[in-house]
Amino acid sequence: MKFELAGAPHLPPAQSVAGMMRQVLYALVPAIAAHWWYFGWGIVFQIVLAVGFALLFEAIMLRLRQQPVKMFLGDFSAVVTGVLFALCMPPLAPWWIAAIGMLFAIVIAKHLYGGLGFNLFNPAMVGFAAVIIAFPIDLSNWLAPRPLSPGLPGLAETARAILAGQLPPGLSWDAISQATPLDALRTGVQDNLTVTEIRRDPVFGNFGGLGWEWIASWYAIGGLWLIYKRVISWHVPVATLVTVIVLSTPLWLLGPDTNPSPPQHIFSGALVLAAFFIATDPVSGCSTLRGKLIFGAGVAVLTLAIRRFGGYPDGVAFAILLMNMAAPLIDRYTRPRTYGHRR
Amino acid sequence: MSTSTSGLRLHGFPGGLKMRHHKQVSCRQPPAVAEIPKRLYIPIGQHQGEVGTLRVEPGERVLRGQALTASEDDFVVPAHASTSGKVAGVVEWPASWPPGSSRRCIELISDGCDESIEPQPLPDWQSRDSEAIINHLRAGGLAGLGGAMFPTAAKLRGDWGGLDTLILNGAECEPWISCDEMLMRIRPEAIINGARILARAVSAGRVLIAIEDPMDEVGAALESARRQMDSANIVRIVRIPAIYPEGGERQLIQTLTGLEVPHDGLPQDLGLVCHNVATAAAAFDAVARGWPLTERLVTVTGPGILEPRNFSARIGTRIAELVSQAGGYTDQATRLVLGGPMSGIALPSDDIPITKGSNCILALEADQVSRPHPTLPCINCTECVRVCPAGLLPQLLFKAVAADHEDEAAELNLFDCIECGCCAQVCPSHIPLVDWYRHGKDRLRLKRLDQRRAALAKRRFEARQSRLEKAEAERQARRERRRQKLAAPDQAKSEIQAAIERARGKKD
Ligand code: SF4
Ligand code: SF4
Repeated sequence: MKFELAGAPHLPPAQSVAGMMRQVLYALVPAIAAHWWYFGWGIVFQIVLAVGFALLFEAIMLRLRQQPVKMFLGDFSAVVTGVLFALCMPPLAPWWIAAIGMLFAIVIAKHLYGGLGFNLFNPAMVGFAAVIIAFPIDLSNWLAPRPLSPGLPGLAETARAILAGQLPPGLSWDAISQATPLDALRTGVQDNLTVTEIRRDPVFGNFGGLGWEWIASWYAIGGLWLIYKRVISWHVPVATLVTVIVLSTPLWLLGPDTNPSPPQHIFSGALVLAAFFIATDPVSGCSTLRGKLIFGAGVAVLTLAIRRFGGYPDGVAFAILLMNMAAPLIDRYTRPRTYGHRR
Repeated sequence: MSTSTSGLRLHGFPGGLKMRHHKQVSCRQPPAVAEIPKRLYIPIGQHQGEVGTLRVEPGERVLRGQALTASEDDFVVPAHASTSGKVAGVVEWPASWPPGSSRRCIELISDGCDESIEPQPLPDWQSRDSEAIINHLRAGGLAGLGGAMFPTAAKLRGDWGGLDTLILNGAECEPWISCDEMLMRIRPEAIINGARILARAVSAGRVLIAIEDPMDEVGAALESARRQMDSANIVRIVRIPAIYPEGGERQLIQTLTGLEVPHDGLPQDLGLVCHNVATAAAAFDAVARGWPLTERLVTVTGPGILEPRNFSARIGTRIAELVSQAGGYTDQATRLVLGGPMSGIALPSDDIPITKGSNCILALEADQVSRPHPTLPCINCTECVRVCPAGLLPQLLFKAVAADHEDEAAELNLFDCIECGCCAQVCPSHIPLVDWYRHGKDRLRLKRLDQRRAALAKRRFEARQSRLEKAEAERQARRERRRQKLAAPDQAKSEIQAAIERARGKKD
């Protein structure tokens, strides 16, 4: 009898890229549901828009680069990019922000660098950085979370606001929008208020920010599930969160009036999302396990630094992009010791 | 770190995979004695060493156990007739590696009598020196039965300066393979005695027999044999956790001792030597019973085989013959593997004969081996890094090899890759990583060979050049001397004078 020839191993593969990306999406579902509960329909539109544009640009670029369109669209990586981007958008951000964000993410950050597996920077964060630099005002219009809101816009109102830029009659941005906890903190500190005074604002919730803290908790639970399923490794999230705690605790203990508490740092803004879902992006991250620890710690340090000294309320995106740049260098100096070799 | 029942502290190794082992499939019944086929194809030089010279003529009748080839040194393992019959001649016959290659085999036509030579044991081996034991093992045709077929004598002999521990590898960590487990169950005394023989050959004062944790029956069998045979109390049975590639020599050493074999060294540098349990049993057969190595246990198994089981098969039996005695293939069998699924070799045909290193014949069906569509690019997920037992960066190795950056691959320690396949197994992009590493190693070897050749050629060129220069210099010197002679006026004049006179004399 004749048999086919093939290299070892002779077993069905343990996993696939598409499978891993799908699990990432599943892990985000609870947090998306929480987002919907606290901030209304906006997140649904943002996801549909960003994913739609991501797939559109992905298909166009694959066609232009003469790559197999169906195979690469089926790897779900563009979908993940779109969803992560959408999760960073204010609920009522106009539709063209998603278009521009995805243009930078998919076309520039991903395909001009060579497509899946070759991008130097995290595409979702490149998209986010581009729009927050270009449209800072549009990106700061956050809605008040449900318990504080005079009434979250319904489905049709949300659609009109996002697609046509019209707010429901009788409502103004001032009435429905509210500063995010990080924004409030920042302006409060600039106004020489103490953190304790600032935190009297109900937007701060119990430990991070009303609504925000629960969305972040769901990110963490989804992320832990991904670690358990071995879709991501524990190195980056643990390094990021531990570094935030280690750095912010002494500052907070020394000056509780001017420095936010560690839970405040962790549960507001995009830190948990970043720690489990964005800084863990394999392609633009480190190739060694010790490198991942340094990468995570670096993201934490830079985020805290930007939050404290920088021009933006939340520095996670820039922190990640900066660490993306450092990753190849970190890899060089964190190579594991090969069996039978001395250090 | 855990403590085994033998009191030895285990160390473990990084990475590796937990796998479903599928061993019970072929272990339900004791091994069958495979029929002796009409024609056997006994490879000459089935070991890693050189090819031995023929000691039989075509047409000659040989007996089972008779040496067919000579053994000039420790690296040449003699081949023995696996049954009695007529030597038909030497033929080129399909071999397992490299794919599609062939190898010189002695074709033996069985006469159905299965008549053996007189057994030639080594009497009183308990008091013989290592020289005598190793020579006897070499004459018995012993080579590593774990798969690598490294000449046993070559591994044992040598001035290693104090080997203290012999490790017997019974940790059959690849899924599906069960021949060693089976052997340990049915012939524990042979293994314990073989261990004592091998230990004596290298003057090791301690033997560790490593078995995998779930092998309870095996542990009990070996333990009771040990109590009976091992009066000197040098043998210990150690259970180690079942993590692939625990049975790899380097990983086994690391697990048992916490030491790493230096990348440019050998286990012997650590005072250790490693043999397979089946090799120990074969050593017992050769030394105590006087039988050369002519048969071995082979697992014939997998979803593509109708009645999986172990066989005691003669060396040189074609795989097809064993498979038909195992009920044949299922209709969906599409891949035939020699060895286990993680590091085994896919065979193009089942005409290939069983050699001393053939531990398992595995037939798989299409849906168990499917690697869908073209591979995706590496997404740097580092799953491969987490499972690599050698501490390599498989994804960077792959990128270096794929980009033809061999020097970079060498710098990333490509040659320390043991080709265990863990990385390729977990890769979500389904990149055939091990194929790439083999390719890279081949290219590097070629390149180094080229460099060596180039260096040699250069040296030859320089030698020739200097020879030519020297000759030229001598010629110059001679010419110079002559010119000087001519230039010396008196002498020149008298020479001219003499010539003139000679000419005159002739005239006269
Ligand atoms: S497992 Fe595959 S995709 Fe992941 S880093 Fe390794 S080679 Fe790349
Ligand atoms: S095949 Fe080589 S690189 Fe891959 S896991 Fe095994 S030792 Fe590491």
